[in-house]
Amino acid sequence: MATVLDVFLWLIFPYICLTIFVLGHIVRYRYDKFGWTSRSSQMYEDSILRWANPMFHFGILAVFVGHVMGLGIPQSWTDAVGISHEAYHFMAISVGALAGVFTIVGLIGLLYRRRFTKLVLGATTKMDKLMYLMLGIVILSGLVNTGSGAVGDYNYREGVSVWFRSIFYFNPRPELMPDAPLSFQIHALAAIALFALWPFTRLVHAFTAPLGYFFRPYVLYRSRDAHEGSRARRRGWDKVDTIPRRR
Amino acid sequence: MKVMAQMAMVMNLDKCIGCHTCSVTCKQVWTNKSGAEHVWFNNVETRPGQGYPRTYEDQDKWKGGWTLNKRGKLKLKAGGRLKNLATIFSNPNLPGINDYYEPWTYDYENLTTAPAQDHMPVARPKSLLTGENTEITWSSNWDDDLAGSVEHGHNDPILKQVGDKIKFEYEQAFMFYLPRICEHCLNPSCVASCPTGAIYKREEDGIVLVDQDRCRGWRQCVTGCPYKKMYFNHKTGKVEKCTFCYPRIEIGQPTICSETCVGRLRYLGLMFYDQDSVLEAASTTDEHGLYEAQRDVFLDPKDPEVIRQARLADIPEDWIEAAQRSPIWSLINEYKVALPLHPEYRTMPMVWYIPPLSPVVDAVSETGEDAERKDNLFAAIDRLRIPIEYLAGLFTAGDTAPVDKVLRKLAAMRSYMRDINMGWETNESIAEAVGMTGQEIKDMYRLLAIAKYDERYVIPPAHYEDAHKLENIATECSLNVDGGPGMGGMDASFGADPNMGADPGVSSYNGPARPEGVRINLLNWNGQGTPDGLFPDGNDKP
Ligand code: HEM
Ligand code: SF4
Ligand code: SF4
Repeated sequence: MATVLDVFLWLIFPYICLTIFVLGHIVRYRYDKFGWTSRSSQMYEDSILRWANPMFHFGILAVFVGHVMGLGIPQSWTDAVGISHEAYHFMAISVGALAGVFTIVGLIGLLYRRRFTKLVLGATTKMDKLMYLMLGIVILSGLVNTGSGAVGDYNYREGVSVWFRSIFYFNPRPELMPDAPLSFQIHALAAIALFALWPFTRLVHAFTAPLGYFFRPYVLYRSRDAHEGSRARRRGWDKVDTIPRRR
Repeated sequence: MKVMAQMAMVMNLDKCIGCHTCSVTCKQVWTNKSGAEHVWFNNVETRPGQGYPRTYEDQDKWKGGWTLNKRGKLKLKAGGRLKNLATIFSNPNLPGINDYYEPWTYDYENLTTAPAQDHMPVARPKSLLTGENTEITWSSNWDDDLAGSVEHGHNDPILKQVGDKIKFEYEQAFMFYLPRICEHCLNPSCVASCPTGAIYKREEDGIVLVDQDRCRGWRQCVTGCPYKKMYFNHKTGKVEKCTFCYPRIEIGQPTICSETCVGRLRYLGLMFYDQDSVLEAASTTDEHGLYEAQRDVFLDPKDPEVIRQARLADIPEDWIEAAQRSPIWSLINEYKVALPLHPEYRTMPMVWYIPPLSPVVDAVSETGEDAERKDNLFAAIDRLRIPIEYLAGLFTAGDTAPVDKVLRKLAAMRSYMRDINMGWETNESIAEAVGMTGQEIKDMYRLLAIAKYDERYVIPPAHYEDAHKLENIATECSLNVDGGPGMGGMDASFGADPNMGADPGVSSYNGPARPEGVRINLLNWNGQGTPDGLFPDGNDKP
């Protein structure tokens, strides 16, 4: 039986955070496009960023793909195509650990330069600090999970994953989480909290990854007509017509 | 043929006195804000010198612009699309803040708050990035007037090409100023290297702009631009660039740098070009052919076929007429005295330069010879190989022939006009020596030396029937956000001012109307004409 606290932690809190995540992004994209950037600090410091930032990003993108597979694909599907539990487990742990280590080493590099390069420190906001704190907790606890997966016997694909998917089916099953190991609980809660923080941090840049670059011509032309101070005209703000004066 | 119109600029380097007024007024208008301290849309470099940011012309290092691949096709020097995205997490060719300079201010407060003491209190320089005491070691024009060039001069990438033959001993030095803005290229590599597609070239006038709402700060365009005229704003995390003062151009006014240029050396006007032939011209195999190739892309605005095509392309009549009067067309394609800056970058730049004759003139006068005699000047052009190779390194990818030709024309104009000014008999052979007629020389002289405001700036306003679509008349300026390029600079009245263009002799920003009986406030007078209230009307009591 799930207690009130369990229902709050594994049902109410996730929905609150995910709502903030979705609405936050919509509102920010609509009203603060100008603030939508990765706020690169490469101009300030280059020698650490040069290795740390690619390591962190390639790592975290691999981790992301791993999560899509681990959380998103039900065990019954992989069973159906004949991937044995052991094979899946081995692959998840090894690739996951590699990506995790990449991420964490990159993160340490990034944090080091954030703290000890004066120029970068000077450009660090409170939000950055909060974001890094949450990011650090999520990544560290995640790595612990991967490690415990190698030695422990908790099958997250029958627990946490099912709970996670159940949220998106709008058929939440909070009772699955109290049995999960503590590190999984911390990881899940911190990640959910990070989602709530996401739209208000520089992390928004991840959602505008410029994949369109592959499909557009090199040189772009735009007519003055096509845009207006680069923002679409809002309802009720149509301009007063001007009388043609000359041609 | 697809006719496109392009707003273009020519600068006559002989007249630049290196006063930096253009840089200062430009900064005041566009980049006087935190995060953009190092951003100089307009900067003036002393050449020989490293330029700004330091050694930006060394493309082996910075990888700006285009090159040809093995099959002779254009590719971005920094690499193709895949490489661009693969290096997005850390751009391997990005200038750091120290390639510009660390912005600073002074601790002025100390001057008034320091306790009584034996020594004068000082205002120490403080870094604007860390807030700590700093040493000023570089700036946007640190090597102004060859300052420190004994130490740094050999870093000039163009000098390296010429082969270090120029000595920096004071007596032998030659120098001139090179004011630079964004080139508003026909084949802009900045646009091509923006992963998001936030940079665009305006269809109407070819001005290259960054959409501040779409820029995500991936900073790949900073590398893409070989002229390093894409600047990363380190506060907003977005890239900003020279706007060609489009809000002014749209209402027929020259850019701020042109308007305030002390030497009156800037020319603005339209160029028509054939968009279909840009890529082919930019792919010309021989670097020395790029200058001519770009000239061939331009279309003669008086050619009936071009006019017909221009109309088909919806270019308004007054724009066609403005293109026919364009001083840019005359300087580039009729007199052929203007040259592009670094055509070898293959971006097809649209701010061109008339190279300076002054190193030659100075060299002749130093010998005590007559520096206005054609033969002396021509002989000096033949003799002074180093300055000419240097100029060729800037303007013609190292080909000295076109530079030679231009300098000869300028020298011929100098001696031909001297005869006229002295009341001597004109000597047509001088004109013939450079393949011109006396009349052509006189016309060129007029354009270069005495052309008035409306001959130097031939700017057709954007179309009024389009006016409700123009950015600067929007009820709310989209650039007016904290840290944005407009940042409170413009308000709704700008451009919508009914007095605009009426030449009232009074600045249109004159605030409240003149109250009854009050004479004009001279601070608002722009120096032209005699507006009401300038002089007493007789009824005024003395
Ligand atoms: C998917 C596409 C992504 C792209 C193209 C991308 C690109 C970038 C770029 C260009 C920077 C600026 C680096 C600099 O010059 O200072 C950056 C910074 C950063 N990114 Fe991403 N990113 C992506 C996804 C993500 C994701 C999924 C996360 C985290 C969950 C993330 C976290 C960060 C953080 C924390 C920084 C700040 C690094 C620092 O300066 O301390 N990014 N990213
Ligand atoms: S000079 Fe201007 S238009 Fe040309 S590549 Fe650089 S920023 Fe772009
Ligand atoms: S204002 Fe004119 S004369 Fe002065 S530095 Fe600028 S371009 Fe040269």
